[in-house]
Amino acid sequence: MALKGNLRDFTITQLLNLVNLACKTGTLVIEGPGDVAQISFREGKLAYAQLGQRDNSLAGILRKNKKISARQYAILAERATKMSDKELGILLVNAGYLSQADIIESLQQNFVYIIRQLFTWVEGFFRFDADMLPPSDKIPVRLDLENLIIEGSRQLREWELLQQEIPSLDMALKFTDRPGTNIKDVNLSVEEWRVVSYVSPKNTMRQVAQVTKLNDLEIRRVVYALLQAGLVEIVRPGGAPASVSARAFRTEDKEQQKSFVNRIIDRILSI
Amino acid sequence: MQTVKIVVTGPFSAGKTEFIRSVSEIDVVSTERKITAEAEKIKNSTTVAMDFGRISIDDELVLYLFGTPGQRRFDFMWEILSEGMLGFIVMVDSARPETFREARSILETFRAYAPTPYVVAANKQDMDDAWDLEDMRVALRLDPNVKFLPCVAQDKESVKKVLLELLYTILAEMEAGD
Repeated sequence: MALKGNLRDFTITQLLNLVNLACKTGTLVIEGPGDVAQISFREGKLAYAQLGQRDNSLAGILRKNKKISARQYAILAERATKMSDKELGILLVNAGYLSQADIIESLQQNFVYIIRQLFTWVEGFFRFDADMLPPSDKIPVRLDLENLIIEGSRQLREWELLQQEIPSLDMALKFTDRPGTNIKDVNLSVEEWRVVSYVSPKNTMRQVAQVTKLNDLEIRRVVYALLQAGLVEIVRPGGAPASVSARAFRTEDKEQQKSFVNRIIDRILSI
Repeated sequence: MQTVKIVVTGPFSAGKTEFIRSVSEIDVVSTERKITAEAEKIKNSTTVAMDFGRISIDDELVLYLFGTPGQRRFDFMWEILSEGMLGFIVMVDSARPETFREARSILETFRAYAPTPYVVAANKQDMDDAWDLEDMRVALRLDPNVKFLPCVAQDKESVKKVLLELLYTILAEMEAGD
């Protein structure tokens, strides 16, 4: 039967939890904001992860994790194009360049990095395909999901808090009129500065998020920090004015109570 | 005349009214109203106060079935309806995972009202999009001891089975408490 739905209603963490507890084998396909992720599992363990069309080759992953040099990567990219990841892995181990543990560790780090990115996806569709297994030419890993679930749960709690704090992104921001506050004196991150540059009652937070390429969680995180620092306040877009917004039985006799239940059972059986 | 009541609860559009209608010997006294909110126009009307069905057991005993309003903004009715209930049934739409969180929340709310026995019914199991019971149990975070039953609310036999399972649970609880 179908295991599909929307991330808005069923989070990545809940999906991982489901896969973990049900010991599922198959691939979770998630169509997120502008990207598609494919996460494969075997008996409830993470086996493989791919995000969009990003380089997921073994050579690329090893280079990213600095297990091979740029020169080695260039050589592999040139000479080992027809080799599967499994063949390349065996070659590297047999040639003594890397240990099997190095390769597995790099792959695990890469897959965990992909899952972490998914934790910021709060919109999108998912489906679980039990017949879809990791590509046969790729090296599968076997990684417990518990730590990832805990990490994702922490982020979920943050998300729930932020949603309570900032329920709607269709509101706008304005700088507070507090005397003596100079935003130039505040140490802001690059992300925060980008948002600050768009703070205006004319711009909804959703619009600011779109232009700064932040997802719903990230924009809320930044706005929450600015709110906490007392630098901005939430206003209606365009400065519009706010709108007004027993006991089950009468008897205490246990035997009689049981008799009532038994009579109800008999009656329902006869309907 | 002794009357006892069972409460049927669950998220909006889970099938509570249909469930009661399938076994009630009277036309369900319903407080359905047209839905005005665009986001909730999955169906044309919704229960705003309660549904009320009846099964006469014998000359001195009547079972009443009360369906709660599904929309959260009418949840002030929940506590009133739950008072003195024999047990309760939580209906969950198996094909709408977006309501699972709400179902969990409703279940926890009712559990807090009274420590009465309950069962959970996975309604609309006849639909193509219906989730597997095992997946739903995990998603709803149901204890393995909680009876979680497949259901099709329009099917009288299916509804009877859910009611019977609740009654067996009630009986078991009563016997365990002796």
